[in-house]
Amino acid sequence: MSQNNSPSKKSAILLTIGVICATAIGIYFYFTLALNGHVSKSATVSRYDHFWLPGANSTYAPEIDSMFNIILWITMVVFVLVEVGLVYFLWRYRHKEGRKAIYTHGNNRIEIAWTIVPAVILVFLAIFSNSLWSEIRDPNKFPKGAASIQIRPRQFEWDIAYPGADGKFDTPDDITTINQLYLAVNEPVQIKLLSQDVIHSFFVPEFRIKQDAVPGMPTAVWIVPTKEGDFNIACAELCGAQHYRMMGYVHVVSKDSLASWLKSQAPEAPAAATPVADTTKAK
Amino acid sequence: MSTIVLPAEIKKASANGHAAHGHHELSFVRKYLFSTDHKMIAKQFLFFSLFFLLVGGTLAMIVRLQLGFPDHQGGFFQFFANFFSTIFGKENFAYNKTTGMYGMLDNFYNSAFTMHATFMIFFAVMPFLMGTFANFLIPLSLGAGDMAFPKLNMASFWMAVLAGLIMLTSFFVKGGAGAGGWTSYAPLSAVPDYTGVIWGQNLWLISLFCSGLSSLLGAINYITTIVNMRCPGMSWFRMPLSIWAIFITAILLLLAVPVLASALLLLLFDRTIGTSFFIPAGLLTAGSPLQGHAGGGQVLLWQHLFWFFGHPEVYIMILPAMGLASDIISNFSRKPIFGYKAMVLAIAGIAVLGFFVWGHHMFQSGMNPLLGTTFMISTMLIAVPSAIKTFNWLGTVWGGNVIFKTPMLFALGFVSMFVIGGLSGIFMASTPVDIFIHDTYFIVGHIHYVLFGGSIFAIFGGIYFWYPKMFGRMMNETLGKIHFWIAFLSFNGVFFPMHILGIGGMMRRIYDYTQYPHLVRFQGMNQFMTICAFILGFSTLIFLFNFFWSMKKGKKADINPWHSNTLEWTLNYPIGHGNFPVMPHVFRGPYEYSAPDCPPGTDFYPQNLPPPGWDETAKA
Repeated sequence: MSQNNSPSKKSAILLTIGVICATAIGIYFYFTLALNGHVSKSATVSRYDHFWLPGANSTYAPEIDSMFNIILWITMVVFVLVEVGLVYFLWRYRHKEGRKAIYTHGNNRIEIAWTIVPAVILVFLAIFSNSLWSEIRDPNKFPKGAASIQIRPRQFEWDIAYPGADGKFDTPDDITTINQLYLAVNEPVQIKLLSQDVIHSFFVPEFRIKQDAVPGMPTAVWIVPTKEGDFNIACAELCGAQHYRMMGYVHVVSKDSLASWLKSQAPEAPAAATPVADTTKAK
Repeated sequence: MSTIVLPAEIKKASANGHAAHGHHELSFVRKYLFSTDHKMIAKQFLFFSLFFLLVGGTLAMIVRLQLGFPDHQGGFFQFFANFFSTIFGKENFAYNKTTGMYGMLDNFYNSAFTMHATFMIFFAVMPFLMGTFANFLIPLSLGAGDMAFPKLNMASFWMAVLAGLIMLTSFFVKGGAGAGGWTSYAPLSAVPDYTGVIWGQNLWLISLFCSGLSSLLGAINYITTIVNMRCPGMSWFRMPLSIWAIFITAILLLLAVPVLASALLLLLFDRTIGTSFFIPAGLLTAGSPLQGHAGGGQVLLWQHLFWFFGHPEVYIMILPAMGLASDIISNFSRKPIFGYKAMVLAIAGIAVLGFFVWGHHMFQSGMNPLLGTTFMISTMLIAVPSAIKTFNWLGTVWGGNVIFKTPMLFALGFVSMFVIGGLSGIFMASTPVDIFIHDTYFIVGHIHYVLFGGSIFAIFGGIYFWYPKMFGRMMNETLGKIHFWIAFLSFNGVFFPMHILGIGGMMRRIYDYTQYPHLVRFQGMNQFMTICAFILGFSTLIFLFNFFWSMKKGKKADINPWHSNTLEWTLNYPIGHGNFPVMPHVFRGPYEYSAPDCPPGTDFYPQNLPPPGWDETAKA
């Protein structure tokens, strides 16, 4: 009752050729289409010309990136070992007429080894991650003396408020803007988030920060931008039909420029009558 | 081989039991529609899931059309967009005069991905695993005549049909289908004004409630049957791993689904009778205060309730798939599964830990960061049993005599893709890294590697493997292999770049990412993924052709075409009502391949084959 399982040579060869051709076509398309792109002319100019992490422009952004890279290296090694091992075993132990498979039900020592090794690696990853996590998120470790900004997003805009001269929010001297967030470079700032309707998520890829803005429950993040320039606030939580248009702008400027901008925006000044241009509302 | 020597008493008892069934011809309705036979219900679930796999797949194509061509210049793909616009109504599409393409509107896009996930999770993967395979395999592999509660079983299927019909209807009510994502976070989902979806979301909630009820009825039945109706000799550790996985998954369903059901009801009350379970005070809609809600609700309560169900749900969808893959890999390696008890313990470990990790979906939700730490540790730990399982599959292949038939190809595809899905999960488990990649395409890539590369591949493998026992014929092997290779390559073409998109900072659930200057560069990559997605969709049509063609024209299957040990392969097709003409008796575990004492000339040792010198008059 031996098995006649070896497929006919012809179909095996055909299949192999097919797989190789398909892979080749796929790689060809990937390089011509995906990397060079057939990008419509009307679209905005791309900020980056690479396909990896965006610029890291806050104090903790490089730390998050290095944690990311540590995990990437560990998982890549495991991935290569497992997949190469699998393919090697499949090739080495492919069906041959008359050979008998090794009859074994396993080995407890090996089981214990491959339970403990991943467990140790993962617990260490958790410990490393946690120190960075508490540095970013622990309310007791927020930078002291940071300036405060309040963002109250709603469908589909970011309502931003600076406390003004009295240092308090919800007073007449508050400086308010829509979608335009001005920050001083190398200065810590604490952003208080509270949604006015559904959940939104405050996401600035270049700062590596993301925090949901929840209705009825204030949340906060802190940032120290490290590079002057213009970036975007993205809404990262589905918030309705025009979620995709809920884009804000971050302008990281020098401390002096921020001060003079705030002065120009102060409600007493006549400049308040002309709020900052809001390009996302051009609907 | 099917001549079984039995202890005399058992033979007598089972003969009596059999006579009690009687043999009467059933009417068409009782046989094909309101059947209480677990094999027919399994087939009903199979067709049900295949239908919804197609529906969900079509919606995936719609989502990919928009992502590949956000500027609505579809070229060749214009044809598909215009085709879909006639199905789903032109009012959901905007005609682009210069290109002649019907481009979908933003709210329809949101409905499309919401319903894609809903159909795939609740109406394709779950009924495939916990409807089709659970129903088909439990009685047949355990030597039982049917399920413990056949009528409950029938109710479970028809409840699922009702749920499916309600969900389909929601596309055609005013305001369209639910558009709040499959997670339906409140208050977006709790207040109709926020999405513009009115009855669509209500029907979504009602439908999932019915679907949950169907799952509960099934779970009760599976647990009872597995505990009580195993044939003599079928001890716990002689059950195939597929049955172990289904057993533990049924317990997960029993514990997790009621939580979802209560959350769904509360949300439905918020939407329809003005309660405020998930709605805090002082909300605005379109600039004016929200009317009709007193407030006082907690937004995060929904997320806790949903993910308390939702995370075990992920394991509900992967554990049975792991079981199916284990059976298939052991069979085609002609070798016992490596570390059988470790595999069982790993399934149980995943199930227990699965209830302590839900908070990892909420790291950025504003939940206390200390809770984030707790959930990070439990999430890291749950990777351990998954790693154990992967290593054991490798150990099974090692030293085997590996036969590359279609079911094996899919099972191996499952293992290699599950590895990617498991490893990418570690990135999200690390709380600081999750700050960046949370709600990006990285997570979309991760979930598809687990649920498509994992569950669906194992399901395909399972269908190719058990098809001969379901329909009496073999599926075409060449078509099967073509299906596998096209699916495997195009699958990676669609979903691997998603990790790159996520690392580049592309948010999920974005209708037009080209709005963002940091995402414009990804349009070409998205087009590549869309092309691969259509190839992947096409490969499923090959599978469906093979499936239906083989039913009539396939090669007639032998009683045991894969030379398997388990009990279902001792029965001739068609398997009659009551399954086993005589009560089987089990003497050993399910994976005794290549055992030194196998019957001469074979490399397998059926579970019911008595050992030499077995005394048939001895007591069992």
